[in-house]
Amino acid sequence: MNDLTNVADIDFSSFPDKAGHFGIYGGRFVSETLISALDDLDLMYQRLKNDPVFQAEFDKDMAHYVGRPSPLYHAERWSEKIGGAQIYLKREDLNHTGAHKVNNTIGQALLAKYSGKTRIIAETGAGQHGVASATVAARLGLKCEVFMGEEDVRRQALNVYRMKLLGATVHSVTSGTRTLKDAMNEAMRDWVTNVDDTFYIIGTVAGPHPYPELVRDFQSIIGREARQQCLNQAGRLPDALVACVGGGSNAIGLFHPFLNDESVEMYGVEAGGDGVETGRHAAPLNDGIPGVLHGSRTYLMEDENGQIIDTHSVSAGLDYPGVGPEHSWLKDIGRVEYVAINDQEALAAFRELTQIEGIMPALETSHALAYAEKMARDMPKDKIIIVNLSGRGDKDILTMAELDGITV
Amino acid sequence: MKSNMNRINQRMLALKQANKKALVTYIVSGDPSPDITLDAMHALVSNGADIIELGIPFSDPMAEGPVIQLGHERALVHNVSLTSTMAIVKQFRETDTDTPVVLMGYANPIERMGYSKFATIASDSGVDGVLTVDLPPEEAVALNVELKKVEIENIFLLAPTTTVQRIREVVSLASGFVYYVSLKGVTGAGNLDLKSVKDKLTLIRQHTDLPICVGFGIKDGASAKSVAEYADGAVVGSVFVDKMGALQNEHRDVVLSAVGQLTAEIRSGLDN
Repeated sequence: MNDLTNVADIDFSSFPDKAGHFGIYGGRFVSETLISALDDLDLMYQRLKNDPVFQAEFDKDMAHYVGRPSPLYHAERWSEKIGGAQIYLKREDLNHTGAHKVNNTIGQALLAKYSGKTRIIAETGAGQHGVASATVAARLGLKCEVFMGEEDVRRQALNVYRMKLLGATVHSVTSGTRTLKDAMNEAMRDWVTNVDDTFYIIGTVAGPHPYPELVRDFQSIIGREARQQCLNQAGRLPDALVACVGGGSNAIGLFHPFLNDESVEMYGVEAGGDGVETGRHAAPLNDGIPGVLHGSRTYLMEDENGQIIDTHSVSAGLDYPGVGPEHSWLKDIGRVEYVAINDQEALAAFRELTQIEGIMPALETSHALAYAEKMARDMPKDKIIIVNLSGRGDKDILTMAELDGITV
Repeated sequence: MKSNMNRINQRMLALKQANKKALVTYIVSGDPSPDITLDAMHALVSNGADIIELGIPFSDPMAEGPVIQLGHERALVHNVSLTSTMAIVKQFRETDTDTPVVLMGYANPIERMGYSKFATIASDSGVDGVLTVDLPPEEAVALNVELKKVEIENIFLLAPTTTVQRIREVVSLASGFVYYVSLKGVTGAGNLDLKSVKDKLTLIRQHTDLPICVGFGIKDGASAKSVAEYADGAVVGSVFVDKMGALQNEHRDVVLSAVGQLTAEIRSGLDN
């Protein structure tokens, strides 16, 4: 971290500013047609976020529908095997629908309900956000349409079917690279066309203001719980936090409530694909530059002409050329360190945790686990690392089987 | 504060004096291949286009419908860039010093080049206006400063959803002309509603004297004519890009002749 004295003085809760900026990042880079819808959403959210009735409704759903608080689990056997720091897992995989995504979709669905919109759209990569959106839509009786890149439809077939069972329509997107970024383009195009009756549930801390702020706020329940649980169980704050970063919603959810705890180091783990040095990866904070995509200024993977380039990752949920703007800012001010884990390391961590702890993590999450394992090795046994176990790995079984040459 | 030398102002004024409406035609730079764009621009002009909007290809054209998306993809196969697009405009200016050229695209290629460098090259190439779809006025302050220095107009969008208060704010920053997006949707959409266009333009005119051109969903001479009843000009894009795509494997003379014929048809519809 390059300027700790400064960082300690920052009131992180005061970001973004009114226009949605985190330093030079964030903002609202969309065509004119969407501005009034974003203004309306911002106005409504600023009113509701401090409204006790809205908060009580959110908290009730978190407790009784999602099943929160999620446990903070001391992975003793794995920690013992690694032989270094103690690793605690924040069990977001135990949430209803199997990942952290539902925290945000419950929050945004409540906003949709308050706004009177009757139709929900969402983009999805791995399908977890699509499933979480289809789930809340089913529960509220709203129509739901999910945009998913053709390539992701293929590799996340189980989640596609789950969404259909939940009553959602899944649109296979065939433009561009046929992955998450193209699904988001298509969702934006749908929204601009149906802006009167449609609520767009963005699945990560990206997009135009106020999305990065409100998604962060809904996901921050992860960090608030983890902070209290760690104090209760270990009697002190953790030494480090580790979370995977695609768009970055599970990471910001864990990190944000700790940002003013100076002693807590934070590591965001991007998808290194074939290795950052090969250029075939999805790690804009490691190997990208600031630019404008999907409504905000943030680090991007792009070529010398400003065209967004193909990303590569074994995990569909991290296969995205951008990242939430707050992460770009946290990188620049030195509060969070962003690192990368490649496909092979993530796959090894997937197998490791499954066999040592009996917990099958999502491939996205496996990136965070692999980095935590590396870190823990070189740390004393009395240190504590919290890893956000952001999702469960059931959805990845077909991918693993394919890699093992097995037809399920 | 703009000098009257800018080609956009000159052209809009001349049309007004002649009691005519502006035909603004859009093609994607380098679509279907880079070697045809210069001649296509000349074909547009010689068949009646008043202003050329040249699309800068982008990997993620969020505001475009399927037709123009494909145009961007065809151009990107040839690595057509902001730099090569401005080089084409410079060539165009060697023989056409009158027709206004507006670059239309997305923020990221301009960000990548840098605002100051972009403004300098654009000015040197003879670009008259810039329309950046995902750069609304509140995010356009820094680019505006650079464009003003070189007297290039920054064209802003107004939409059916734009509130009155915001119309006031946007037109106070706009120059050249105001681009009214006729419908809620993407380019090439089919839900043009003339009544709502009429009502909104009436409202916008209460707040600005700038000419208003209307785009999105205008497919032929008839729809151009009906929109131009209330507007100062009509922007036509998807039908040209569609033509480029359909004829991409044909000889260049076939493409140029088809582009010219389409322009002449729309011009004739607009003028009758």
